[in-house]
Amino acid sequence: MAMKKAGFVMVFLLVLFFWQVVTAVFHVPEYMFPRPGDVALALWQMAKSGRLFESSVASLFRVTWGFYLAAATAIPLGLFLGRKRLFRHMLNPLIQFLRPISPLAWIPIALMWFGIGDRPAIFLIFLASFFPLVVSTISSVLNIRTTYLRVAENFGLKGISLYTRVILPAALPEIITAIRITLGTAWLVIVAAEMIAVKSGLGYLIIDARNSLRMDMVVAGMIVIGVIGLVLDFLVRLLERLPSIEWSRMRR
Amino acid sequence: MEQDEAVIKIEVTGLRKSYVERRLKRRFLSQCKHQEDCKVLDGLTFSIEAGTFACFIGPSGCGKSTMFRIISGFERPTSGQVLIDGKEVMGPDSRHVCVFQEDGLFPWLTARQNISMGLRKAGSDQSMDSVEEYLDLVGLSGFGDHYPHELSGGMRRRAEVARALITSPDILFMDEPFGALDFVTRLQMREEMVNVHQMFDMTILFITHDIDEALQLGDRIIMLSDRPSKVAWDIVLDEPHPRDLSSGTLRELRRQIYYKMGLHVAL
Repeated sequence: MAMKKAGFVMVFLLVLFFWQVVTAVFHVPEYMFPRPGDVALALWQMAKSGRLFESSVASLFRVTWGFYLAAATAIPLGLFLGRKRLFRHMLNPLIQFLRPISPLAWIPIALMWFGIGDRPAIFLIFLASFFPLVVSTISSVLNIRTTYLRVAENFGLKGISLYTRVILPAALPEIITAIRITLGTAWLVIVAAEMIAVKSGLGYLIIDARNSLRMDMVVAGMIVIGVIGLVLDFLVRLLERLPSIEWSRMRR
Repeated sequence: MEQDEAVIKIEVTGLRKSYVERRLKRRFLSQCKHQEDCKVLDGLTFSIEAGTFACFIGPSGCGKSTMFRIISGFERPTSGQVLIDGKEVMGPDSRHVCVFQEDGLFPWLTARQNISMGLRKAGSDQSMDSVEEYLDLVGLSGFGDHYPHELSGGMRRRAEVARALITSPDILFMDEPFGALDFVTRLQMREEMVNVHQMFDMTILFITHDIDEALQLGDRIIMLSDRPSKVAWDIVLDEPHPRDLSSGTLRELRRQIYYKMGLHVAL
């Protein structure tokens, strides 16, 4: 563990060092790529003025809402479709058709429907999360071992209690993995969406900084996006360690 | 066994099962001689009295598990009939509990929660105390809060048996329950099954590929033939427990079973 941490710090310092050396030696102009010092300063200034916090909260707010809405609809739908062959065959072509359409392609429609503000961005996050979550939830239900379903049937579990006590917990480890990946995608999409659809958030911060040729602020924004992405991933990974979810890794 | 009045618990008549699905057809094509369907069970007929410990043996792939799934209600026969207590089996029943070949404990629940699941669904008014009782019975007291992946293979099997027993089932189906255990644990489990059977008044149907296991446990040994399977031999065993397999009768019986299974030089 200590080795891992030391290695990570070393790579981090090396990257900083090369960044500094390359920009200094080749006289890279400020508007092409800023130096570490400039970026650090921009980060500090934006943090002090509260803009960084405001933008992060705005972005996280949209991602949270969009993602929760998607999870709250996609997971139950996926559980249901995973169990009902007929409905699955009916809806699957539609889902597979809509899935590869980038949520960004929906931006014009999102703007027409919801105008400028949080709602089009939330809608785009919803789209970005919904389809991957439905598809993975269906496959996680199909992967449940028949034995568990037979035991459930044997003990007379039916209807809602069958879903809450057997199907959901049995599928949950795979669903959590899907959540992890999907949340990453959602975080990718929010930045792009904010560049076009709204006037706040980290995506807007970056596009706004570019318009005033403040590359130090652009890179500072990128760093914050990366850090928040890491934190989100870490939080979902904590879920994977719950004992009622851990079993799927233990069995291998 | 105190129960000597011969009440017929399970009556199986002319049980046939054949698969017509294309995928299965291709897999079994050579064995099925290009028939339209693949016959697995070919007219099984037997009946089992209440309170019997019945062991089923037969060559692997002969349809023992298929027969179990039909009797316990998970599958329908192609033709023939299964009567339990004189009524036709229409589906799984919580009074007829199965212990499957693979791990059937829910891995997301602790041993205690798994066992209490059996309790709640049986609709009985026993309290959580009895969960502790059953944990104790199968030697798992102190392990109630462990998840299945934190238990050994033998402990998992014990917990599963406890989950089945707590529903106070009429019939206990066990499909090669100890197949995956090591030799010594398997012997222990055999002993415990004999105790369980003497303690609880129920009918046990037990599939095994281990002839010694069948000889040690069964009041009845039903031997199935190769697929399409029929009852090849139906043996009633009166030997008291604990049984010594090297004793004359049992050794002779074992020799005959081996012989019938085509192992002419074994022993």
